[in-house]
Amino acid sequence: MATVFIPTMLLPFTQGTGRLELEAATVAAVIAGLEERFPGIREHLVEEERLMPGLAVAVDGELSTFGLRERVGPRSEVHFLPALAGG
Amino acid sequence: MTQTAEPTRQFSVIGTRPIRPDGLEKVTGRARYSADINLPGMLYGKILRSPHAHARIKSIDLSGALAMPGVLAAVSGKDLPAVSGKLVDQSENAFHNLKFMGENCLADEKARYVGHAIAAVAATSPHIAEQALKLIKVDYEVLRPVMTAADSMAENAPVIIEDLVPEATATRRAGGLRSDGDRRHNTNIANRFVFQTGDPANGFEAADIVLEREYLTSAVHQGYIEPQSATAWWAQDGSLTIWCSSQGQFAMRDLTASLLKLPASKVRVIPMEIGGGFGAKTLVYLEPVAALLSRKTGRPVKIQLQRAEVFQSAGPTSGASMRAKVGVRNDGRITAADATLAFEAGAYPGSPVAPGTQCMFAPYDIPDQRVEGLDVLINAPKVSAYRAPGSPAAAFASETLLDELAEKLGLDPIEFRMRNAAHEGTRRVNNVAYGPIGFIQCLEAARDSDHYRSPLVGANRGRGVAAGFWTNGTGPASAVASVNTDGRISLVEGSPDIGGSRATAAMHVAEVLGIPVADITPTVGDTDAIGYTSTTGGSSATFKTGWACYEAANDIKRQMTARAAAYWGVEAGEVAFAGGVFSNLKEAGKELTFKKLAGMQMETGGPIVGRAAVMPRGAGPSFAVHVVDVEVDPDTGKVQILRYTAVQDVGKAIHPSYVEGQIQGGVAQGVGWALHEEYRFDPSGRMLNPTFLDYRMPTTLDVPLIETILVEVPNPGHPYGARGVGEVPIVPPMAAIANAVGRATGTRLRQLPMSPGRVLDAILAKQAAG
Repeated sequence: MATVFIPTMLLPFTQGTGRLELEAATVAAVIAGLEERFPGIREHLVEEERLMPGLAVAVDGELSTFGLRERVGPRSEVHFLPALAGG
Repeated sequence: MTQTAEPTRQFSVIGTRPIRPDGLEKVTGRARYSADINLPGMLYGKILRSPHAHARIKSIDLSGALAMPGVLAAVSGKDLPAVSGKLVDQSENAFHNLKFMGENCLADEKARYVGHAIAAVAATSPHIAEQALKLIKVDYEVLRPVMTAADSMAENAPVIIEDLVPEATATRRAGGLRSDGDRRHNTNIANRFVFQTGDPANGFEAADIVLEREYLTSAVHQGYIEPQSATAWWAQDGSLTIWCSSQGQFAMRDLTASLLKLPASKVRVIPMEIGGGFGAKTLVYLEPVAALLSRKTGRPVKIQLQRAEVFQSAGPTSGASMRAKVGVRNDGRITAADATLAFEAGAYPGSPVAPGTQCMFAPYDIPDQRVEGLDVLINAPKVSAYRAPGSPAAAFASETLLDELAEKLGLDPIEFRMRNAAHEGTRRVNNVAYGPIGFIQCLEAARDSDHYRSPLVGANRGRGVAAGFWTNGTGPASAVASVNTDGRISLVEGSPDIGGSRATAAMHVAEVLGIPVADITPTVGDTDAIGYTSTTGGSSATFKTGWACYEAANDIKRQMTARAAAYWGVEAGEVAFAGGVFSNLKEAGKELTFKKLAGMQMETGGPIVGRAAVMPRGAGPSFAVHVVDVEVDPDTGKVQILRYTAVQDVGKAIHPSYVEGQIQGGVAQGVGWALHEEYRFDPSGRMLNPTFLDYRMPTTLDVPLIETILVEVPNPGHPYGARGVGEVPIVPPMAAIANAVGRATGTRLRQLPMSPGRVLDAILAKQAAG
């Protein structure tokens, strides 16, 4: 089971659940699992079948470049974070 | 000094200090920068800028300028195609609102800061172009400006962008419109981020001491030597060629193409040498404007900024207003932290407050913490990235507060940090856990340094310590290495060289192939000459482009191994390669040097070209610990830096001289940020100090020799263990100097810069308080 961390600002949509375990092989499946448990959360994570612009996903601490198609392992940690750019 | 945590791994080239490949051209003045471009028939562009910080543009009349002899074209914001206000991904996790970016290049309905580009002309000489600007008539309705985050967030503050997306949108970054035409709510708060781990309320209850403080920093400029310049040529076949100074030719291409609604393949960007960027040369300002003028005239057009224009239109970093609160137990363990950061974005969204919030307490293992960040518009130039964007200001607050706590606890500041240091597995405020990191090793190296072990004696002197964190970045990168028949290699890669990436790129190739670095000629390719390579930013160039070069060299090695095998009539597995020599394992003594085999390439199958396109992961974060001694003149408030030591986990220093240079450069900029530099505005929003005469950059008299200690904890995510090194050195200096000043004067300064007047006021206030 992957461990999914809910961004602080989305906690109102999960009734305060900050992390949970989900069976999922991709980030898309993670979000589908979240939507099943917390209807309405998807629209804050996905836009036009892509990760919401300005949002990044980190799997096992590494920012993904594959977005929704990023693979998630059985013991992976998944975080949704604001996208950052350096100087 | 270099301290290596993995001394057993031996390299032949990595870790050495070869002469820089671009050195001769630069010291002889032959290197070509963007302003050096001169083309047949070229015109000169100039930009008319708003004299008002906030004004509605009722009309723009270009006819007077167009009637002037020698003027061939004039443009305003109406000449830019309408683009969407939704955020778009330019393929590098660098999201842009093209509508705002276009408006920043040429204003549409409002001027939002003094210096905002309103119109532009192209003429046969720069002087004619300048004169023509005076003939453009702009009818403004002047509006009340807001110049600080506090004023901007106040009730009834003038709204700078009427259709900005509401702050309540949970995950959205950097403004934008949820859909085009969405006008739900008026606000100057472009975005709000909150990160939390654990329960800060519980953590504060467990604390024996809780301190809460407020901090202010001013906007400062990156201060690169070379002003922006762009030359555009829109040819009759519809192709657009741009010569410019940037940190990423592909980003310039894609942004320009998007703003002009052109296919990216129609735009070719040729990167020139770059005279400093520090994050500010990652956005377009001039390129689309020069292109529009070129399209109208059919001739190449060059626009070159003056220094005052750079200050007033090409992004400083944010000023910040911050509140921080930290609780500790008497045993020196931090139990909780809470902070709110309001960063001024300038006139358009996109301050670096999101990284600031995530970096603020990142060096420490704090179980219960919460950090909130606000991205706030003001009527000032739109900010752009500046070295470790967001982290330096945040660290100024957190690291000075921690120093106060250490002082209250009677603990040595390094020991206090050791007791709370982040380590592998520690979760940051965004809940992401660290892999292998070298922060504790940095603290140990600082503690054991000659500097820290030397007593500081004398009146009005103080020693300060501060730590810093930066995430480091990566991205796609490409490299092509062609083997010449003389055994030398022509290497083309895609990272504009702002900190030595050509040298480190060549060193990756030389290490793999066992040949001298001097046998490799590295070149930064234009957008038609090399595969996509993301911007030189986020301390990523050596990591990602080094990796691409490593792979391209391995590609060569594979091809040449196969050639040698075919030449000897053996299997490839029966050929060994070491130290630049191919050996036939089936027949002892049969060898071919790299050079010899390179010379035989046409008779063994044709040209040998190694290629790589990579998207590497595992950049790994960086930590730094700085120690500084200062002396404060009690009569004038002037702060003199006596000694400075910067310790940094660099993974593996590919070229230690460049790494040391990056660290020293970051510290020097930090000294300016700490003591001298600030944007000063009058009440109408006009910048009072837009020249280097009045904007006080540090000089050699202000900055002593900066001692560096390179701590090498190899990054497992890179073939040679490298980490990004260019940004974290600017994170600790402001806090370290503030802590030194605090200990020297017995009073804490919580506002930057710590200029003589401000320091003197603090000293006098302390004396008055008895």
